[in-house]
Amino acid sequence: MSAAAVPSPALAVAGLVAGYERDLPIVKGVDLVVGAGEFLAILGPNGAGKSTLAKAIAGLVSIHSGELALGTRDIAGLPAHELVRSGLAFVPQTENIFATLTIQENLQLCADVLPAARRGERIEAAYAMFPDLGARRTIAAGALSGGQRQMLATARALLVEPSVMILDEPSAGLSPKLVGEVFETLLRINEQGVTVILVEQNVRAALAVTRSALVLCDGRVVHRGPAAGLADDPRLGEMFLGRYEGQAA
Amino acid sequence: MSPQAIVDGLVAGSMIGLGAIGVTLTYSILRFANFAHGEFIAWGAYFALALVSVLGIGMEPLGPFSFGWLLPLAAIVAAVLAGGLAILLDRLLFSSFRARGSATIIMVIASFGASMALRALLEFVFTSKPVYFTRELQIAVRFGGGLRATPDQILMLATTVVLVVAIHLLLTRTAIGRQMRAVSENPVLARVAGVDVGKVVRTVWFLGGALAAAAGVMAGLLVQIRPYMGFDLLLPLFAAAILGGIGSVPGAILGGIVVGLCEALAVQTIGAEWRAAAAFAVLTAVLVLRPQGLFGKARR
Ligand SMILES: Nc1ncnc2c1ncn2[C@@H]1O[C@H](COP(=O)(O)OP(=O)(O)O)[C@@H](O)[C@H]1O
Ligand SMILES: [Mg+2]
Repeated sequence: MSAAAVPSPALAVAGLVAGYERDLPIVKGVDLVVGAGEFLAILGPNGAGKSTLAKAIAGLVSIHSGELALGTRDIAGLPAHELVRSGLAFVPQTENIFATLTIQENLQLCADVLPAARRGERIEAAYAMFPDLGARRTIAAGALSGGQRQMLATARALLVEPSVMILDEPSAGLSPKLVGEVFETLLRINEQGVTVILVEQNVRAALAVTRSALVLCDGRVVHRGPAAGLADDPRLGEMFLGRYEGQAA
Repeated sequence: MSPQAIVDGLVAGSMIGLGAIGVTLTYSILRFANFAHGEFIAWGAYFALALVSVLGIGMEPLGPFSFGWLLPLAAIVAAVLAGGLAILLDRLLFSSFRARGSATIIMVIASFGASMALRALLEFVFTSKPVYFTRELQIAVRFGGGLRATPDQILMLATTVVLVVAIHLLLTRTAIGRQMRAVSENPVLARVAGVDVGKVVRTVWFLGGALAAAAGVMAGLLVQIRPYMGFDLLLPLFAAAILGGIGSVPGAILGGIVVGLCEALAVQTIGAEWRAAAAFAVLTAVLVLRPQGLFGKARR
């Protein structure tokens, strides 16, 4: 897929260098344009910097240099809590719900960024999408199973009606059946017009639902292209080892 | 334990508990033990004293109480000022350490330094001579069974109940309360969820400072006002906060009451000089027997 085929970008990353310490970049110059409505998988070996890239976009890891735009808005350096308000939702890999708060409180917390008149309606919409949660509103979220936690984390992120949603390994620790359910949900969300970026270790399952893919290796993009066929591409293993440079974005 | 010791213990315990709420909230949000918290108590008392002496009106005892109508108003203003002082201290001192990701021990030592500086400032301005809100003597109300309490004491207990219920409702029923609990559990996720952590931190400092001022005014009415009044309460405050379980508001107030009762018991049975030892004994016992406190969750 050429860049020209991508509709107006939902998220644009240019020359992004980011990391936890000043002199130690983990993301080492990433260029990435994600079209509105795209469903993108970010793949790569353990330690490639996938989570760091996602966190840098979400405002949780400091950006050393580079540009970051959400739609037409420059978001580099914006604090995470303001990014949420501008329509970027992030679901971290672990500890992505508040275990000591009830399900209802988890959702209310996020609804508080919305105008007061819309809060109730958005929370009810979340319960309509995830009836399991609606049935257990007043229980502490810490009592939920792994799959339900992921649902709550997803529902929480969706509450603000984001334009872009980034999820870091939502399949981690789930049974294959639950992974299927989670990915189905993401597909539904994407079909409603939300741009979804899925960071995954679970390559095959991820490529089965996403439309495009990016392979990250040692903080750099080594491949960007359609998802179809990539799982069976013999060069994928090489890409993971960083020995093969695929098509650039 | 005599009925009188119970009343004295309850009143002292309410005061300790109000101070301990600030300690427990600061700890649960910022994860360090703030040794300067006692100074908010002393500054709160002196703020109220300064207002009362400067205005010099409304001093005639109000009904059965030992003070006039100005003092409750001064206490409210003092609470706001002490809350502001706490925010200012955070802005000038702790926030820069947080931004640098400094170790907890650095924050703790810095708070110790701030405590000394704030206390020295009080001594400089007001001298170390004890002062009083009032010198009126009060006639205790008898409740039967040997139980007696002065109208001031009854008012303090009632005020404590109101404040604790208000803080509890704030934490459990309001948006800012939810945000405080969320930041306490997971500050990074809170940011992702749209919580302005800076605002939560300021709120926690303000509440802690304001409640400390309330405790300070009570201590000033019950005993006297001196620059060391807050510092001397530090051990009981921490004993109460740890006994109650870090992060728990009901725990802090209950812990305060237990510490207050133990102190009163020690004073009555062994001697007044053993008051401080009682708080230390409670603290040691909790750390050995139940380090997470009464209401606390075991922390990682
Ligand atoms: N909080 C952190 N502080 C410092 N270094 C980190 C932190 N998290 C991850 N790293 C380092 O960043 C690199 C990339 O990690 P990560 O982004 O988690 O990779 P991936 O998600 O692709 O497995 C690793 O070398 C890891 O050690
Ligand atoms: Mg990762």
